[in-house]
Amino acid sequence: MIKFESLTKYYGHVCAVDNISFEVKKGEILGFLGPNGAGKTTTYRILTGYLQPTSGTIRVKDQFNIQDHQLEIKRLIGYLPESAPIYPEMLVYDYLNYVADIRGVPKDKKLPHLKELADLCSLNEVMHKSITELSKGYRQRVGIAHALMGNPEILVLDEPTAGLDPNQIAETRDIIRRIGKEKTIIFSTHILSEAEATCDRVIIINNGKLAADFTISELREMTKTEPFEDIFRRITRGVNS
Amino acid sequence: MNTETKIKPNTETKTSGNLKNIFLREFKSYFVSPVAYIVISIFLLVIGYLFFSTFFLMKQANLTRFFSMLPMTFSFIIPAITMRLFSEEMKVGTYEILLTLPVTFKDIILGKFFAAVAFVGVMLLPTIFYAIFTSFLGQLDWGPVVGGYIGGILLGAAFTAIGLLASSITKNQVIAFIIGMTACFFLTLMTDFMVWFMPDSWVKTFQYFSANNHFQGIAKGVIDTRDILYFVSIMFVSLYGTHLIMEEKK
Repeated sequence: MIKFESLTKYYGHVCAVDNISFEVKKGEILGFLGPNGAGKTTTYRILTGYLQPTSGTIRVKDQFNIQDHQLEIKRLIGYLPESAPIYPEMLVYDYLNYVADIRGVPKDKKLPHLKELADLCSLNEVMHKSITELSKGYRQRVGIAHALMGNPEILVLDEPTAGLDPNQIAETRDIIRRIGKEKTIIFSTHILSEAEATCDRVIIINNGKLAADFTISELREMTKTEPFEDIFRRITRGVNS
Repeated sequence: MNTETKIKPNTETKTSGNLKNIFLREFKSYFVSPVAYIVISIFLLVIGYLFFSTFFLMKQANLTRFFSMLPMTFSFIIPAITMRLFSEEMKVGTYEILLTLPVTFKDIILGKFFAAVAFVGVMLLPTIFYAIFTSFLGQLDWGPVVGGYIGGILLGAAFTAIGLLASSITKNQVIAFIIGMTACFFLTLMTDFMVWFMPDSWVKTFQYFSANNHFQGIAKGVIDTRDILYFVSIMFVSLYGTHLIMEEKK
């Protein structure tokens, strides 16, 4: 579904993503983990067309690559950037309506689709509030609804549960698991138990390099003897401390 | 979710529709914040003062004075309208969302551009009362008035494009405003300054680059293709420059 091929990104002389290659299969929920500054957000930004890679490419559905088919790829991906930056002055309803128009949701299906997303993300009470008034949890959920708009095949969620309280985290995880049945999802989180509970596969990157790639059964096997936290720290430690 | 069928039409959607969506969002967002109303009020106060302070002394039933002050007033009002277009999005972070939605740079740039031009149109609308008012006082020649408004929109659009370019450079709105204002004032006043220290033949050459000069041509009621071409080229160069900067930011 998504093939990262020796993806590299330099910011000036700083290497943010260093020759990363892996493949995400259709319908997979991939936990994309790593310490802060490891290059997760940069990788997302390249995949979603916000940045150009220095070298390498990403292929989506075998027929598109990010250099030549940006628009096609953007149509396939719903993206929630970190901390969900959304126009603060807009009403939730207006914003979702705007995204629906941009994503080309047909007029007759727009209202049912909006209702469906409002139910899924529990946004019904805040539909007519402006986004500045919302709490962090609600804003994050508006971001998730934004990413789901138009029912894209691929979802890219950058720390969807960051800054949420335990109840909201559980709800968000529930949403991800529910929609994950029919979609390909890449998401990152710092809560390792969450990755363990939701993902089919876990990739850890560190300093821009691919550090580990486990399927969930491999991970479960390993965590029998050593907690995931310890494994994570063993893989990513040293360079950051 | 039973909306799987919606994905298919999405891949075939025309991109031209999104120019309209961005235009509408931008245009509406002007009127959500009080800034729009403040800018319109300042514009009407300044231009109204400049117009009426000499209107009754001159005892002429025309809008020449109004139109001759337009380039100066636009030079600081329009950068105030356009400064937020890109700078605010880059500061708040919505720029990332905008760029990862299925829209092209062209949709974004033209959507924002036309929204700001439409806002300039809304701002100019109340000044039509000056014309109506003047027509009661004497024999008003409507030719220059119509020409003045056509020129006003062209001038406004050209300055908007410059302001948009300035806004795409920085996430700081104040810097965007100052850069835009400097460029607009330069285009308005450059020959006025040059008269003092440059030979006549040079000033004549530079007059071709003066926004004021081209605008006053149209405001006399003479629609000359050279004047129109001048404003259109400023728009084209600025909007293309914005495109290059967005490309560079990747």
